[in-house]
Amino acid sequence: MARRHEHELNMLTRGEYRRALTGGTLGLAGILLFAGLGTGALFRAGLSGETTPLFDAYMWRVLRFTLLQASLSAILSVGLAMIFARALARQPEFPGRGWILRLMGVPLGLPVIVGALGLVTVWGRNGWANAALSEFGLKEPVSIYGLTGILLAHVFFNFPLAARVLLAGLERLPPEYWLIASNLGMKPLGIFRLIEWPEMKRQIPALGGLIFMLAATSFTLVLLLGGGPAATTLEVAIYQALRFDFDPQRAVRLSLLQIAMTTVLLVLLGLLTKRHAEGATAGGASRRPDGRSWRNRTVDFLLILAGTAFVALPLASVAAAGLRADLLRLAGEAPVHRALLTSLAIAAPSGLISILLAWMISNCRQAILKARAPRPAARLYAASLPQLSSLILLVPPTVLGNGWFLLIGPARLQPAAPLLITLINSLMALPFVLSILDPALAAHRERNGRLSASLGLFGWNRLLHVDWPALRRPVLMALCFAMALSLGDLGVVALFGSDDLVTLPWLLYSRMGSYRTADAAGLALLLGLLCLALSAAGTGNIKRMNGDG
Amino acid sequence: MADPNDIFMDAIELKRGDLDFRFHCRMPAGRITAVAGPSGSGKTTLLNLIAGFEVPDSGRIELSGRDVTTFHPAERPVSLVFQENNLFAHLDIATNVGLGISPSLRLADKDLARISAALQRTGLGGYEKRMPGTLSGGERQRAAFARALVRDRPYLLLDEPFAALDPGLRLSMAMLLKELQAETGVTVVLVTHNSSDVRRLAERVIFLEKGRILADDETADFFDRPGPQPILDFRGRDGGM
Repeated sequence: MARRHEHELNMLTRGEYRRALTGGTLGLAGILLFAGLGTGALFRAGLSGETTPLFDAYMWRVLRFTLLQASLSAILSVGLAMIFARALARQPEFPGRGWILRLMGVPLGLPVIVGALGLVTVWGRNGWANAALSEFGLKEPVSIYGLTGILLAHVFFNFPLAARVLLAGLERLPPEYWLIASNLGMKPLGIFRLIEWPEMKRQIPALGGLIFMLAATSFTLVLLLGGGPAATTLEVAIYQALRFDFDPQRAVRLSLLQIAMTTVLLVLLGLLTKRHAEGATAGGASRRPDGRSWRNRTVDFLLILAGTAFVALPLASVAAAGLRADLLRLAGEAPVHRALLTSLAIAAPSGLISILLAWMISNCRQAILKARAPRPAARLYAASLPQLSSLILLVPPTVLGNGWFLLIGPARLQPAAPLLITLINSLMALPFVLSILDPALAAHRERNGRLSASLGLFGWNRLLHVDWPALRRPVLMALCFAMALSLGDLGVVALFGSDDLVTLPWLLYSRMGSYRTADAAGLALLLGLLCLALSAAGTGNIKRMNGDG
Repeated sequence: MADPNDIFMDAIELKRGDLDFRFHCRMPAGRITAVAGPSGSGKTTLLNLIAGFEVPDSGRIELSGRDVTTFHPAERPVSLVFQENNLFAHLDIATNVGLGISPSLRLADKDLARISAALQRTGLGGYEKRMPGTLSGGERQRAAFARALVRDRPYLLLDEPFAALDPGLRLSMAMLLKELQAETGVTVVLVTHNSSDVRRLAERVIFLEKGRILADDETADFFDRPGPQPILDFRGRDGGM
């Protein structure tokens, strides 16, 4: 009897419930099929009877370096973020604090290649930083290439994110804590030990894990800044095996190693990430009497300025170099037009596909979760849908691309390339899009589901009059974010790109390669502004997202 | 009349945004003074000035006969109890109370005994190892009182300490506060919006409106006043119990 009434207790009609379930399952099946075919091709090729050892010394060296740089990137990013977030939390009235927080959101939305260009300007052999450091008597310049450069770049991209998450955590603490601490006479060290550290400690495993994961699968930065076999990650090694050594066998083995590594990492990350049910947010700026002494104030101001400069200078250098370039000539060049159109022609459908998949999956998930008495199997299915559809984390773009490269074969690669890039980009964006869309849809159904059902609003009518007006913002936000991600992508394009298929990042990369520095600077500014505009629209609520993470 | 242990706010002026506060008053040593008034009238600001979280633009604050106007909060001889979040949620009750003895938690055996005695006195005997989250709101406030007990400062500032409790609990907490005050002789400033709290606890009342002191009376006189209207409104609420 309970089963007979299931649809009546649900806020969807029986037909809608079935359609939601079918839609989500179809979407998931599509993702699994696409990823499965690619990975399957890899396995077949990898296991086809070659006599050479499966993993040789070179591969182990690459794996070791991948893990080493990822560990150091995570440790440095989180460590610096702790120091910076603590200083900023202690100075709630720092002039321009809001702008600094916004600045910390910029690297997240910046195409990696643009950021890398800025980093080279600041930290390169003849860059600003080395000029300043040699003034202070540093003999050997800091090298932007090799391990140092990779670490510098990973810290540049990940430290601001970590700082924002940690700061949000500190600001979520009850404002009374700081007053009590001052009243009791706690010293800065005591406040750190008894209040700040216990809070940060809860975030650090997930945060460090995420940064480790991002650094371990980082492609573009290592491609640009890595130096030869001594400083190569698995992702870049796969690309080189495929595009330069024409050694698919090696690429396959590297890919398998990569999948094994990411699987282990994701399992560990899952173990590390415990969800905290965090309730009240303090909201208003807290009072920090402990930050008022001139000594603490000076220390904090210096730290905040240093952290801000570290993020701002590379961005400023991109802007400065870009403005010096002949922007008008660039804007009139046919290859630039073509690249821009190609980029948009890939980014727009890729974003739309991502939204469509996320909608199907989230709709299905919410239909199950909102049913009054979902069966355990259905509940389990609903719970695992986001993980299953985020397979791209397990099989990184380069690896998936490698699989399809083998599956399609070089002859048919040209015509299939745009489609493959589009699909892989949309899968790359899917975890982010889902994390925006799914909570929005859940809240919307919670708020309006009963009312729509009681008014008999179903199907198109509800979609048009209830769902779309309420969900337009999150959908557009997610779309912008997905498009920005695709526009800035260099990894997949590097694998499939050719003279006929040049996107903006690829054009930028090739101009950099042919030492047309001014052109590269102009293009970087163009691409950077395009992506920042999109991701500003897409991450208008990044604070909320970070707060949840 | 002027006891050096009074709290003396001498011609205090403070501007915060649109609000402009002027306080000149004396809160007698060894007694309970209630600070009442509508929301936004400056009750918490007055408390923050005494605690040192706000520094006045002009005027002086005296505690224990010393000018403490520019002292850091840690250097002032006061204990604090807020409406909530008095306890650090990730530290157990004994540790939270122990912070009142040593902010770096260097506690000797005799300190541990003092903590247990204070918990016993506030009705929380045996709660040493419990986490704040497992206690009721009233029990958490009792733990905050226990911390004030071991801290043993001559002044105790309370900001709506019972506002989050239901009426029955309110009454028993108010009685506990009255007893503790009588035993220790501490000078208490109690910010409240509840006229019953004023009536049953306070010996003196300072009534604020829009950052100014509207009345500064003995409690009995305060409840006999013919006006002005804001005071009548305040007394009218919560019945006369």
